[in-house]
Amino acid sequence: MKEVRYIRSITDALREEMARDESVFVIGEDVGQPGGSFSATRGLLDEFGPKRVKDTPISESAIVGLAIGAATQGLRPVAEIMFMDFLTVCMDQVVNQLAKARYMFGGQHKLPVVIRTPCGGGLNAGPQHSQCLEAWFAHVPGLKVVMPATPYDVKGLLKSAIRDDNPVLFVENKALYGLKGEIPEGEYLVPIGQADVKRPGRDVTIVATSRMVHHSLEAAQILTKEGIEAEVIDLRTITPLDKETIFQSVEKTCRLLIAHEAVKAFGIGAEISAMVAEEMIDCLDAPILRVGAPFTPVPFNLERFYLPQAEDVIKAAKKVLEY
Amino acid sequence: MLNKDQLLGMFYLMVKIRRVEERIMDIFAQGKIPGFIHVSIGQEAVPVGVCSVLRKDDYISNTHRGHGQALAKGVDLKRFMAEIYGRVDGFCKGKAGSMHIACKEMGVIGSNGVVGGGIPISLGTAFASMYRGNDRTTVCFFGDGATNEGTFHESLNLAALWNLPMVFCCENNRWAEFTPQKVHTKLENLSVRAEAYGIPGVTVDGDEVLKVREAAEKAVARARKGEGPTLLECKTHRWFGHFAGDAQKYRAPEEIEEVRKFDPILKFQNLLFEMQVLKPEGVEEIEAKIKSEIDEALAFAEKSPVPGVEGLLEDVYA
Repeated sequence: MKEVRYIRSITDALREEMARDESVFVIGEDVGQPGGSFSATRGLLDEFGPKRVKDTPISESAIVGLAIGAATQGLRPVAEIMFMDFLTVCMDQVVNQLAKARYMFGGQHKLPVVIRTPCGGGLNAGPQHSQCLEAWFAHVPGLKVVMPATPYDVKGLLKSAIRDDNPVLFVENKALYGLKGEIPEGEYLVPIGQADVKRPGRDVTIVATSRMVHHSLEAAQILTKEGIEAEVIDLRTITPLDKETIFQSVEKTCRLLIAHEAVKAFGIGAEISAMVAEEMIDCLDAPILRVGAPFTPVPFNLERFYLPQAEDVIKAAKKVLEY
Repeated sequence: MLNKDQLLGMFYLMVKIRRVEERIMDIFAQGKIPGFIHVSIGQEAVPVGVCSVLRKDDYISNTHRGHGQALAKGVDLKRFMAEIYGRVDGFCKGKAGSMHIACKEMGVIGSNGVVGGGIPISLGTAFASMYRGNDRTTVCFFGDGATNEGTFHESLNLAALWNLPMVFCCENNRWAEFTPQKVHTKLENLSVRAEAYGIPGVTVDGDEVLKVREAAEKAVARARKGEGPTLLECKTHRWFGHFAGDAQKYRAPEEIEEVRKFDPILKFQNLLFEMQVLKPEGVEEIEAKIKSEIDEALAFAEKSPVPGVEGLLEDVYA
């Protein structure tokens, strides 16, 4: 095992997959010569050359469109959209083109496109550089949405995403880029569509994503001192959703709360809550609660009032246990 | 100089497109086709002229008004009709219909229903050629309206910058849905937009198939040599409405009548008569052959089954 930062795990994954498969190429703004605005693609241009590491103008639709066309011809693009917020700039290419090209052309094309993009606040980057928009894309049939929380998962999932023949929106978290963690020295993959029980427990199920996984684990540490054993599930993949792992857990604990950094209203928590209520109502001992951000844009300078923290997860867990 | 077979081949294709489109309008009016139809009647010289210089392994991307281009690229008429009808033997198993005809084998990537949506995608097929070091070229077809979409500008800029092996072909029929060109842009010739991206822009009379071919030949040769893209504007005329059933209340009746004077098929026919490559009896033969081809294709389409519910869930993911 070796200790790496989340960001470097990403670079590792890219390097390994590019060495393994000549059809993999990287494209985006500042990805080549500058090594990526967050340094995700550092060293790749030197190692693989300008044919496979492409710096583009500020042209999100062209970036994603090119990736789509190239993928129809068997190439495997890994496109970077610098901030998740900027997916809005190329929504047609992602939603109307990439997600639908296989289906509407009768299966003639495979679209092995990965779009890597960082979400999340915590850097005071302001409302247009801090959003978590995974719910929008989880709502689009034809896309897969992956949201790794640890250096181990980000590498394994990125490798899987690149090898997947489907469009994968790979949502990193900029506040996690510096997070250190242990990863194996050798080759490993993490499967898409499989959640991970990061901490087993019997009293309440906490389904969390991305940075909220860490806040939930912190919350669980604190709750344990009060005799409450929380089971923390890291979703890892939003779509396809690992319903089985969630169901198995809820069957054990009978209490569920979902924690995501995205705005609470209409977030993925709403979908998971509805799904569990639909299929496991007899099992539940309490209403399903959700922890998410308030219904405001991500504020500059007021993030301490905005970003969900461990204490929000603790409050919600205790509330669920009141019933 | 083109030989007799090549000239007659182009003429055949133009008439075929015209007759196919007329028949589609007819069947649509009878309620036999689901969805919406956007015919390219009056514009036949553009796809035929351009595709006459393309190989089977070249790529095209195109739009909702895409029947002419798909046929000019050489897709099988039977499977094309089956797709129009929304039947399982269509290219897309009946899940595309008129607006999204795709035939991977013939390099028809898939026509797009979003104006400007296919332009960035065509960058990708061109990029793939460059990546693999072959000389397969991409022609991206779109209309005058699309040149105002941001994707047009992003795409021309990037294609120019990377010398992508492609041709941007603007089929300017002077109407963007219900809006005429002079109300959607200040420009007279859209090809001048090429200058903004540092590539050549050419405007040709899109109703003269040989002029279209000549310009396309230059542009495609440029692309194959690795010299980069060209913006080729072919000015033509739209005879009918935006979609089949469009009463065109926004268009002066005199103008609707006037555009028929530019009939590219009549123009080419007269030229071929002059060159003594074609005689009126020859035209009759061609028309008869086309009619039987279309009849056969329609019979094939009408016999093909409608997709069942299993078609609904298929191909969401690979």
